[in-house]
Amino acid sequence: MSMPSTITPPDSGRQDLLHHFDDLEQQHLSSSLGMWFFLASEVMFFSGLIASYMLYRFWSPEAFHLASAHMDKWVGLANTGVLLTSSLTMALAVRCTQVGDRKGIVRNLLLTALFAVAFLGVKAYEYRVEINHNLFPGPNFIVPGSPRDPHASPGHAEAGASDHGEGGHGGGASDYERLRQASMVDGQVDEQEFSRNQGHFQLMFVFYFFITGIHAFHMIIGVVLILLFAVLAQMRWFSGYGQTQIEMLGLYWHFVDLVWVFVYPLLYLVE
Amino acid sequence: MSELRQSPEAHEQIHHVISLKTYMAIYAALLVLLVATVLASELPISRSAHLFVAMTIAVIKAVLIMLFFMHVYYSAPLIWITAVGSIVWVALLIGFLLADNWSRDWLNILGK
Repeated sequence: MSMPSTITPPDSGRQDLLHHFDDLEQQHLSSSLGMWFFLASEVMFFSGLIASYMLYRFWSPEAFHLASAHMDKWVGLANTGVLLTSSLTMALAVRCTQVGDRKGIVRNLLLTALFAVAFLGVKAYEYRVEINHNLFPGPNFIVPGSPRDPHASPGHAEAGASDHGEGGHGGGASDYERLRQASMVDGQVDEQEFSRNQGHFQLMFVFYFFITGIHAFHMIIGVVLILLFAVLAQMRWFSGYGQTQIEMLGLYWHFVDLVWVFVYPLLYLVE
Repeated sequence: MSELRQSPEAHEQIHHVISLKTYMAIYAALLVLLVATVLASELPISRSAHLFVAMTIAVIKAVLIMLFFMHVYYSAPLIWITAVGSIVWVALLIGFLLADNWSRDWLNILGK
């Protein structure tokens, strides 16, 4: 039984029991528990990122508020819908393994991969817009409206803001101007505070690119695994329709969705 | 299919097959909550109220995904403990950070 998948006749639909397990239930529980331990470690990884993001946000609410106004929440809404749909098709793929519908498994896995790639494509589009607006942290980062901004004329600054679907950016004041106003102490600009606010404005984009980037990295790994599993399911490589294997892949995929459920409101929505 | 299993009962313990209707209902609920959280972000309420509403909706969505898409509701007690345990660690982390952040100005200690 050391190479169960090649020994079992194809399409038998019966799940092999490895010799070191008592029964199928124990075998399945072992896999589940291992996957859940891995996910628990992932939860700690992401919650550390989100916790530090929240602390900085409490420290400089105005800087983070202005920076997050550059995220397009409607694009984010559509993308979240796509990701939730991919979670549904993944759940349906797992269900197909349980009822023994091989075509359904492959079809739902491919659909899941398709939605995932759509999500990543939209994400790449968002990144491109932000990078073109010099909002990628680093030497090329420019606070909109600052003296370094090549489009610093007031008209341009306003057009830039409404570009991002934030019509309520009233008054046409640039982010730079608003950060300066937020740094007033007794009617005078506190240069140290102003400098920190500009830094924290950029820091919002550090968090944004890092959190969404790590999330996208998890999705890329997920897409590769989903496509691999679709091929393996089509080849009838798994025993028992891959009930256990595809369910574990599903757990990972739902976890990636779960992270986005928190990341989307925190980065795009909260003021 | 039943002749392929060790016994119907044994199989039943491994997998509870959730009906298509349940999956669709959960999916619909998730989409409704998603739209609700975006609409709530347009409400003219304070920043902390926005955060509270957004996080409450996110937690409800997360619980639905974990219970049904991730099958925790039908899983063994060990899975429950692991899933709830990971949430407890996050709650400890966030809870103590917020408590510290909130109470930091109470005492006028140098270098706080």
